[in-house]
Amino acid sequence: MTRNTQPLSLRVPEPTGRPGDAPDFSHLKLDVAGAVDRPPVEARPVQMLDLAFRLIRVLDDEGQAVGPWNPRLDAGTLKKGLKAMILTRAFDDRMHRAHRQGKTSFYMKCTGEEAIAVAQGMILSREDMGFPTYRQQGLLIARGYPLVDMMNQIYSNAADPIKGRQLPIMYSAKDYGFFTISGNLGTQVPQAVGWAMASAYKGDDKIAITWIGDGATAEGDFHNALTFASVYRAPVILNVVNNQWAISSFMGIAGGLETTFASKAIGYGLPALRVDGNDFLAVWAATQWAEERARSNQGATVIELFTYRGAPHSTSDDPSRYRPGDEHDKWPLGDPVARLKQHLIALGEWSDEAQAEAEAEAVAQVRAAGREAEAIGTLGQSRPSVKMMFEEVFATEDWRLTEQRREVGV
Amino acid sequence: MVDQAEAPAPVAPDGGIVPMNMIQALNSALHVKMAEDPNVLSFGEDTGYFGGVFRVTDQLQQKHGLTRSFDTPISECGLVAAAIGMGAYGLRPVVEIQFADYIYPAYDQIVSEAAKMRYRSGGQFTAPIVVRSPYGGGIFGGQTHSQSPESLFTHIAGLKVVIPSNPHDAKGLLTAAIEDDDPVIFLEPKRLYNGPFDGWHKNPVSPWKAQASAQVPTGKYTVPLGKAAVVREGSDVTILCYGTMVWVSLAGAEHAGVDAEVIDLRTLVPLDIETIEASVKKTGRCVIVHEAPKTSGYGAELSALVQERCFYHLEAPIGRVAGWDTPYPHAFEWEYFPGPERVATALKAVMSGGAR
Repeated sequence: MTRNTQPLSLRVPEPTGRPGDAPDFSHLKLDVAGAVDRPPVEARPVQMLDLAFRLIRVLDDEGQAVGPWNPRLDAGTLKKGLKAMILTRAFDDRMHRAHRQGKTSFYMKCTGEEAIAVAQGMILSREDMGFPTYRQQGLLIARGYPLVDMMNQIYSNAADPIKGRQLPIMYSAKDYGFFTISGNLGTQVPQAVGWAMASAYKGDDKIAITWIGDGATAEGDFHNALTFASVYRAPVILNVVNNQWAISSFMGIAGGLETTFASKAIGYGLPALRVDGNDFLAVWAATQWAEERARSNQGATVIELFTYRGAPHSTSDDPSRYRPGDEHDKWPLGDPVARLKQHLIALGEWSDEAQAEAEAEAVAQVRAAGREAEAIGTLGQSRPSVKMMFEEVFATEDWRLTEQRREVGV
Repeated sequence: MVDQAEAPAPVAPDGGIVPMNMIQALNSALHVKMAEDPNVLSFGEDTGYFGGVFRVTDQLQQKHGLTRSFDTPISECGLVAAAIGMGAYGLRPVVEIQFADYIYPAYDQIVSEAAKMRYRSGGQFTAPIVVRSPYGGGIFGGQTHSQSPESLFTHIAGLKVVIPSNPHDAKGLLTAAIEDDDPVIFLEPKRLYNGPFDGWHKNPVSPWKAQASAQVPTGKYTVPLGKAAVVREGSDVTILCYGTMVWVSLAGAEHAGVDAEVIDLRTLVPLDIETIEASVKKTGRCVIVHEAPKTSGYGAELSALVQERCFYHLEAPIGRVAGWDTPYPHAFEWEYFPGPERVATALKAVMSGGAR
């Protein structure tokens, strides 16, 4: 028999740096590009457990694509991806400024994470359904969704596609394979599994893809989704975007210190890939692997996309209050735009001039869309008919809503 | 607890009418809709091979196939979320939550997601799902097998709430709920699964067979959502009730010797306000009966509506008979459950001007 004589102590995880500290990423174990094996798509999860702890990378420090995960993309595809990332960044910058100018109530940038939504949005078809969080605007942009419609949504103006009902950036674009965004975190993940189950049930060929942040993996919905995806072998790609920060809580608070987020798939019998999320080619290759698996009816894959949220969580957040100011600049996996640019230059397909030109073009495109949207109106200057407030609560309006609508006088 | 049902009623889309209990009628609705529409699926905990602990999904898997009627993990939130995704795809899933008390783990998906999907997406995505669940007391189910959560859903914009009181309505309403384009919370009074309830817990349970409402067509029919039934016409007072309380209210009226008009609401959302208004204006008095706790129960909403619309026709304050504001107690079930005597007391009070 033992006696309880030793006092216990409670551990609360802390990040390696706080404001004023020097950024420290020495704890990260980062595989060099090309070091991780690529298993066959039909590999059983138990045969590839190490991939949950390694880091799939394709682009090396010189911008060369190396190793078994090199997707060998043609220059045209690479340029299209780079331009979409540049456009996403330009869009973010303009809308962030628009918030500062009082033109909208809220905005969220995806700075540093552009490769994820852009690459994955390009790989999957519009027939497939993406169940995004609020940081996958790159998916719409990569698919050519009109920037002005995005802005109209952000401004809740008279042309807002979702009629003034949602927080800015909570897009919904069915025709572009973009599911309606919820503010409740993680809810979209088991819905994506259900959507994928429906496609399988119908004998269709569509698959689903969904994203969740590292912080929200602590939500029950994430674990429910993994159970259902595994049990019913749903054709779905389950991405965990580990951008290190859930507002001010570092990823250790969500359980990211004891193990990787990818490894959470293992207990559910799902294959797990851990990927350099700032490497367009690695994201592309891993997604393609998971896509092939889903399309060949072998079920779901969990992908942890290892990245860093460079911008504030939202326009309501100030990261200088909780993390070293220059931490993003010191992120050892670099910047996704700069790395793809470097790769294209190394291939002889791009140049600093071409980059400058593409950036100028993106700014011009965003400015033109901005003018168009602002001509319709920004928040408070223009909005959909108040009638819209009462519509689409139900398929047909019931008497309570009819009475209340009349009370408002519309 | 409730005994298992008799063998499910035969399904023959021949327009025939056979006696069914409520379980058989609900089962028949699912068989008929699944035969008619390949987009209708049924799933939940133990609902597949076994056919559900109350047998409502009996033989669906055997008849319609493994992928159309199957078991799910014990994850109410997960199965409702999966249903929402399927609904968005274009299917019409009908999910079972084994007891309404277990809806709470799925509450966020129902309230934040299913209810708001059409609205928040500007009509691009919908969640035409049905969440079926046995609810209510009267079977000695203790705290976690007896609750009546309906008002938690009637408060949420975008949800419909349906509660049948007899086999005929149960089948017709479930059919209508499956065909409805909105998410529907379909609460099944498990006290009524096997037979009507005469309100007096000491009396033996009679079979549904003896009731006219147990004559259920084997083929397809619907009872529209939003249409109440006047189950007893009367001139003294209007009783608003639903589910098990319809039977308790009938017994209470008889016990009180009052000529009450008993209205079975059938659906709480959408609510048949016209029938309510017409009846209260005719009788000049109103008593509301429900099993759920009184405070913020659906009776509060009904009372407010009647007051807003019929105040100058009222000859007495509106009466409310409801469960107490306690958790559902196992040993005190019959003191908790509103019975005919409490209804009679309320009726007499209203008839004498509302003195309490």
